[in-house]
Amino acid sequence: MSLKNTKNSFGWISIILHWMMAIALIAMYFVGDWMVGLDYYNSWYKTAPDYHRAVGIIIGALMVFRLLWNVSQVKPKHLNPDDMRMNKLASATHYLFYLLVFIMVVSGYLVSTAKGQGVDVFGLFEIPALFSDSDDGGELAGDIHKWLGLGFILLVAMHAMAALVHHFKYKDRTLKRMLGLD
Amino acid sequence: MKKLTLAKTITSTLATTLLTAGLLGASFTAQAADYAFDKKGAHQFIQFRVQHLGYSWLYGRFNDFDGKFTYDANDLSKAKVSVTINTASVDSNHAERDKHLRSGDFLSVDSFPEAKFESTSFDGSMLSGNLTLLGVTKPIQIAVEKIGEGKDPWGGYRAGFEGTTKFAMADFGVKKSLGPKSAIVEMTLSVEGIRK
Repeated sequence: MSLKNTKNSFGWISIILHWMMAIALIAMYFVGDWMVGLDYYNSWYKTAPDYHRAVGIIIGALMVFRLLWNVSQVKPKHLNPDDMRMNKLASATHYLFYLLVFIMVVSGYLVSTAKGQGVDVFGLFEIPALFSDSDDGGELAGDIHKWLGLGFILLVAMHAMAALVHHFKYKDRTLKRMLGLD
Repeated sequence: MKKLTLAKTITSTLATTLLTAGLLGASFTAQAADYAFDKKGAHQFIQFRVQHLGYSWLYGRFNDFDGKFTYDANDLSKAKVSVTINTASVDSNHAERDKHLRSGDFLSVDSFPEAKFESTSFDGSMLSGNLTLLGVTKPIQIAVEKIGEGKDPWGGYRAGFEGTTKFAMADFGVKKSLGPKSAIVEMTLSVEGIRK
């Protein structure tokens, strides 16, 4: 298997990006949900949001790389070219994923920087606050982050279900192809 | 020589009389005056502070509030103050903390967009009144210091006061506990009023 995509399969770069994103984004959802309910004296109260913000920035950067990588690659063919409805649904889901991740990164950034403070990434560098003039102090961005986060994890569940249905019911290469197993 | 002394005495007596009359006149006309907070000029501040972990003070403020007071130095019984605070204007200079302060854990600004204070009595140093926060109304006492009053350079008349109070946040139904060292909030209202 090559690093690059072919007409029939995903390359390792695409596969690794996919699973890194999967692990990071699912973890981000549950960490985000858990950390906002922590008691003030919990040892994670400060650390968990620090990591959540930093990982969010890295996800944003990786997402930009992933988009650029995708447009530079051939797109593997749909496995069931005749099922137009399913192929459209799959494509729509993928685009919606990209859009949601992008909005999640931006809205999260806007919550943290609403008052002019930047976002620190593991003490390595800081992303400055660029749009801190909002009158609502990040309330709208916060609502968007919260509800689209929920929408995102539901879409993940749907996406995972679809992969399992392809694997076990249709018995096609959909899941294997993304695991690099064929 | 004697003539001059006499003239001086007359003049001085006259001056004293006039001055006395003037003062009397002034005190006759001095009534409890109404003042509006100088919101426009932002000569008004509501600061608060809460201990952080018991190691330091965290300061914040409410940026948007308005109020008025009635004050007469000679008749304190007429003194009264009312203040209305936009709770969403809480500002501790940190975006995520302010968002948390606006949330249901603290100020619940969606449900309770306003906090209010209405005074009930003033004894010259202690202002008693009712504070409504999170929909809960409770009596509080504000220790008041008069800073000064007089004409301003632009044709108006101003008077300024500073008052401090403290209370347990939980008494008004603040849900989140920040620990035993941080249960009490201290508040300062510092305000300049322009006579109406």
